[in-house]
Amino acid sequence: MVMKPKQVTCTEHLNPGNLACAACTEVLGFRHALKVLGPNTIAINGTGCLAVVMQMGVPKVPHFHVLFENAPAVISGIDDALKAMGKRDEVNLLVVAGDGGTADIGLSALSGAIERNQDFIYICFDNESYMNTGGQRSGTTPFGARTSTTPVGRAVQGEDRLPELRKDLMAIIAAHNIPYAASTSIAYPLDFMERVRKASTVRGPSYIHCHSPCPTGWSIESSRTVEVARLAVETGAVVLYEIENGERRLTQKIKKKRKPIREYLAPQGRFRHLLDDPEAIEHLQQVVDRGFAATLASMS
Amino acid sequence: MKTEFWNGNMAAARAAQRARVQSIAAYPITPQTHTVEYLAKFVADGELHARLTKVESEHSALSACVGASSVGARTFTASCSQGIALMSEVLFFAAGLRLPIVMAVSNRTLSVPVNIWSDHQDTLVNRDTGWIQLYAASVQEVYDLVFTAFKIAENADVLLPVIVAYDGFILSHASEPIVPISQEEADAFMPPPGQGTWPILDPDNPQQFGEVLFPEWYPDFEYKKHQALVGSLGIAAQVWREFGAITGRTLTPIDTWFCEDAELLFVGIGSMMQTTRAAVLGLRARGAKVGLVNIRSFRPFPEQELRQALAGAERVVVLDRDIGYGTTGMVYPDVLRALYALPQRPIALNMIIGTGGKEITPQTIERCFELGLEASGERTVLWPDARGPEEGIPYDESIQLPPAPQPGGCALNGGAG
Ligand SMILES: Cc1ncc(C[n+]2csc(CCOP(=O)(O)OP(=O)(O)O)c2C)c(N)n1
Ligand code: SF4
Repeated sequence: MVMKPKQVTCTEHLNPGNLACAACTEVLGFRHALKVLGPNTIAINGTGCLAVVMQMGVPKVPHFHVLFENAPAVISGIDDALKAMGKRDEVNLLVVAGDGGTADIGLSALSGAIERNQDFIYICFDNESYMNTGGQRSGTTPFGARTSTTPVGRAVQGEDRLPELRKDLMAIIAAHNIPYAASTSIAYPLDFMERVRKASTVRGPSYIHCHSPCPTGWSIESSRTVEVARLAVETGAVVLYEIENGERRLTQKIKKKRKPIREYLAPQGRFRHLLDDPEAIEHLQQVVDRGFAATLASMS
Repeated sequence: MKTEFWNGNMAAARAAQRARVQSIAAYPITPQTHTVEYLAKFVADGELHARLTKVESEHSALSACVGASSVGARTFTASCSQGIALMSEVLFFAAGLRLPIVMAVSNRTLSVPVNIWSDHQDTLVNRDTGWIQLYAASVQEVYDLVFTAFKIAENADVLLPVIVAYDGFILSHASEPIVPISQEEADAFMPPPGQGTWPILDPDNPQQFGEVLFPEWYPDFEYKKHQALVGSLGIAAQVWREFGAITGRTLTPIDTWFCEDAELLFVGIGSMMQTTRAAVLGLRARGAKVGLVNIRSFRPFPEQELRQALAGAERVVVLDRDIGYGTTGMVYPDVLRALYALPQRPIALNMIIGTGGKEITPQTIERCFELGLEASGERTVLWPDARGPEEGIPYDESIQLPPAPQPGGCALNGGAG
């Protein structure tokens, strides 16, 4: 089930005039999440592009840019303090952070906060790189991608760690037996908003992973960010599903015949060096096929 | 109130309880661990209506305190050594946000070599993070300082976090008779918790925290933080006078002892200044003109008070239980600054003693006294209790290292780490 367009409020909780690049999907995701959560929300923002572009009064809700890795710990303190003061029921506690802050430097803080059953919603905007510092690789950078720390050289071309070793954040979070987690994409806003709504009804931690292409880092035309995000789902590179109290189910229908991975890679400059290499493309197709089959097989 | 027999960690925990803290987040580390355990027990027994956030690291402990304080809760934590080192970036963050968090620190040195005993390295390297730093010389002072720290920190003209430091084991684990303040007296003295004298995250009044500040405005912000820290000295003195009116125990930024006619004055922080008192009494009995100044407030630094106290001395010996590698101990430069404006400056020496918990006895201090009288002042940094320097203790070649432990032997585990 997704949200119906008429259920989506026209009220905005972000003021116009943020500092992001045109077509930044992190801003889009934050905007959509706040539409669902409403003004009674405290937003804790780990360092990353989103925190920096929200400067000077963009959010209309209380917004706290914390350190790179400590947002889950800060929100734990807020959750417990509000409980101690008898004020917890009144407010949604939201963390927004990037894949670097989530998969890498902040993973232990997030793990701790989930394990303690703190009551908060965590949204990770996954642009598969550290964009705020200019586009270095992260634990979620896909195999073959060019970033500033995985350049295309004569000896090595792009990210070369084994594709199987890329961090699967959904699996890591699911291993915590979290009450609610969802894999979402910026290209499916009504689905995303429905997952955020569901997350907000959970007593305890909930996690939303949002695939968020970055035009600047991925070298895609601004007008095509959402299209690229959709292609990720249509090729099976990203699968949209939710985990509710251990029950796993797909949240987006997948056509029998998925599009070939090449269609997802072609609009992205970060994969340009691979496009003339049929062997590399075939390799990536196999990686996607395996990952897709494994995710599908794990559904309840 | 009836006299209790508490160790320093219990005194810190009881003081936080008396202040009606609402939020606590801490992570265990020797010798602080008991503080967290005591507080967990108070909460479990329903004696303390607070939430204890049982975080997975010290970085998260202080981060959780930042969260709690940013919604207006009275907030407490405790740590030391490696734990504070791990917190480091959050120390700056908490002070920059002007959040009145109180942290008890049972001082312990830093690895390596691995060592769980006391020196002041862990807090002194963090002297420039924007926190108020107070040093206790006795268990009663641990109690009084932790309790009053909340009122100082939450003063609207201060709004800075406070570290109350006390020597690990020497104060954290040694029990002394303590006179607590009653809850009624405490409530009359301390504003109720959660009243928020500082800006908080509140959906009814949305504000942004932790934002970017461009260079044009940065100095203004730094200046305000600095001035708040400087100004907190007078506010602390006022809070301590009010506290003294209730308890009869008035704390001051510095303590002076036999300063009037002293030719040599010791200056230092922490529990070694109690030992120094005992040594001074002994030396005085033998006719030596010696006294001491105990610095209780290291940040802000009571420069003027100290200058006044040291004005008449011919020699000043600054005891540092720490070392600023490649320069001097970390208390020494501030004392020099206080002396600089004097028309007649005394010879000022720096003695590094007691690092890594090496015992400081009255004899150690007497040795410092002898060295202090002899020294020409050409070499300023002396190490009286180390093996190596000429003023130190000689190597005893007859001492053999113990044999290596056999497999299956007992290691130093179970409560030592
Ligand atoms: C402790 C620490 N290390 C490094 C940085 C520098 N830094 C700031 S944001 C960032 C990367 C953010 O990446 P991600 O979380 O993926 O968010 P994005 O900017 O891509 O949205 C880095 C490395 C920092 N602020 N703090
Ligand atoms: S670099 Fe990417 S993530 Fe950062 S603001 Fe620009 S579009 Fe958004």
